[in-house]
Amino acid sequence: MKSILSMGNPMFDKRLIGKKYPPVIFPVDAGRIRFFAKATGQTDPIYFDEKKAQQRGHPALLAPPTFLTVVGMAQDDPFPHVADLNVPLSKLLYASQRYCYHAPVYAGDTISLVSEINDMFDKKDGALQFCVIKQSCTNQDERLVAELYGTLVLPS
Amino acid sequence: MPELTLEPISRTTLALYAGASGDHNPVHIDIDAAKEAGFSDVFAQGMLIMTYLGRVLTNAVPQLDLREFGVQFVAITHVHERLICCARVESVEPIAGEDILILGLEVSNHVGEIKLKGDAKIVRQHVANSE
Repeated sequence: MKSILSMGNPMFDKRLIGKKYPPVIFPVDAGRIRFFAKATGQTDPIYFDEKKAQQRGHPALLAPPTFLTVVGMAQDDPFPHVADLNVPLSKLLYASQRYCYHAPVYAGDTISLVSEINDMFDKKDGALQFCVIKQSCTNQDERLVAELYGTLVLPS
Repeated sequence: MPELTLEPISRTTLALYAGASGDHNPVHIDIDAAKEAGFSDVFAQGMLIMTYLGRVLTNAVPQLDLREFGVQFVAITHVHERLICCARVESVEPIAGEDILILGLEVSNHVGEIKLKGDAKIVRQHVANSE
C-alpha cells in the first residue's frame, strides 16, 4: 500500500526502462582538456603538456577521470530523459554518479555517447523515486571507453 | 593515501567549472537565478566536488589503473566551504584475474560535515623484479 507521502508526484513510467536516446558526438580537443584540468585544480603535466604526456607513454593529452561529464553536457538539452519522466528538472536531485572505465580517452579522440534509461526504483514506500541513466561512451575505433551511471532522485 | 585539502570554494571556481564542464545551470553561477530557484546563494556543482575527490586517486596512482569511481551526493557544498578529500584502501579482491584495491572515499568540510561518500576500484600493480 503506498503511503500518503507518495501522493505528491506521479510514479515514473517503468515502460521507459531501456529507452535509448540519439548519440552525442564529441571531438575531444586538447584545449578543452587543459581548460577542464585547470578549472579543477589538476597540476599533472599529462593533462597540459603533450610532450610530457608522451614521455609518460600517452599518445596525447589524457582526459582526467571525470572529463566525460563534458560530453553529456555538449548537447542543447543535456537531459533528454527528463522530458520523458514528466517532471520539471528543478524538482530532481542528483543522487549519485559512477564511472566504469574500460579504456583511456585522449585529445584527438571522438567520443560517441548514448544515454539509456537503465533502471527505476523507489524507496520509503514510494516517497523517493530514483531513475538511473546509463551513458555508454565509445571512441572513434568503436571501442567502449567508459560506462557512466547517473542517478536522479525525485523527493515527494 | 594522502588527503587533499582544498582552498575555500570560490565563486570564480564555480564560474570556471561551469565553462569547462559545459554545465551552465545558473544556480551554480548566478545569484539571481539561485534565489529565484529558492536557494539563498549559488552552490557548487556536485561533479566539481567529485572531480576534486578524483584528484586524490590520480595523485596516488596512474590514472590508467583506475577501473571504477563512484560517489553519492550527500550534502550541498556552499561557497567558502573548506573541503578535505580522503581515500582509504579497505580491501583487495581478485576480480577477473587481477588484484583490485577497493577504496572507500569521502569529502567533508573542515567541521566534519560529509559532502560526498564514494568508492573506487584500482588495479594493484605488482612491481617486477629489476633486471
